[in-house]
Amino acid sequence: MTELTAHTDMHRDDRDVGEKPDAAVVRDALGVGVAVGLSGFAFGVTSAGSGLTLLQTCALSLLVFTGASQFALVGALAAGGNPFTAAAGAFFLGVRNAFYGLRLSQLLALPRAVRPFAAQWVIDETTAVALAQPTRRSVRIGFTVTGLSLYVLWNLTTLLGAVGARAVGNTDAWGLDAAGPAVFLALLAPMLKSATERVVAGAAVVLGLGLLPVLPAGVPVLVAALAAPVVLWAEGRRRGTADLNDPVDARDARNDDGQKESR
Amino acid sequence: MNIWIAIGVTAVGCYAVKLLGLLVPAGVLERPVVRRLAALMPVALLAALTAQQTFADGRVLVLDAKAAGLAAAALALLLRAPFLVVVGAAVVVTAGVRAVMG
Repeated sequence: MTELTAHTDMHRDDRDVGEKPDAAVVRDALGVGVAVGLSGFAFGVTSAGSGLTLLQTCALSLLVFTGASQFALVGALAAGGNPFTAAAGAFFLGVRNAFYGLRLSQLLALPRAVRPFAAQWVIDETTAVALAQPTRRSVRIGFTVTGLSLYVLWNLTTLLGAVGARAVGNTDAWGLDAAGPAVFLALLAPMLKSATERVVAGAAVVLGLGLLPVLPAGVPVLVAALAAPVVLWAEGRRRGTADLNDPVDARDARNDDGQKESR
Repeated sequence: MNIWIAIGVTAVGCYAVKLLGLLVPAGVLERPVVRRLAALMPVALLAALTAQQTFADGRVLVLDAKAAGLAAAALALLLRAPFLVVVGAAVVVTAGVRAVMG
């Protein structure tokens, strides 16, 4: 949280020493927006390969617009999960965006009327770019340029991927079914910073695979998610719950920012 | 129809949490335990999803070319390759193993 505290007293204006040229902010934002936006192609292919129609695939990128949730949803539907367990898994993956929004609302200081429109762009990448900026002006530019370029490209490449997958026919023969798990791994890797994260990940893999044959499709993933509170509780008991307020934990809680490093 | 229900529920739910973050006063979700849990939940979900989509076919556990593809992705991540290269490595290696094994 130290970083956030440093940013929240951002009452200084743009003439401050921490100023960064607008062009540099735009360049950083476009770098992230274009690189990640292109991976909408992998989503389009995966979604179409999972049996969703072109319209359903594009609706997901337009309306959900948070990659991991989209991949989780089509994966769960392809595995035969019912719509609500599939949506629950996707929803829980999207909950982290609420915490990004908490930080961004202070940094962006948007008028309340604008917030419902900005909300759709509150995701990993826009947060990472915005948090890296020194002034309110550059935070706003970084968020807007990343959000716009990523949204436009993600939807465009989703469409191309879905159309392409249909043209190709059997996407498995081209190895395209490996794109989904590879995306998850790429999102997961930078989060595995401390022993706690690795224990949670290991327990979730065991639960997710072990329960697969015995529970209905989609449910094992939700049970595996319980690894997080269980490990957290066990850790708290081991060290005494008061320790949860120590700075190390607060720093760990920001691990999601680490995704930026992988891109 | 089932798929549209899932899309609708996911779209509304995911938009609602994004908006919630922008609208609630800071402090409401700032309890350390809540923040910690929010950081750990994606770890658990992504780990379980990665494993399932690699090693599961329906409700049966399988070991096929996707495992080789995922290993390639892991190697690319260790070498700090960009996001698209990681995904590309998984796809190419999976397709290659399938082509070789018939």
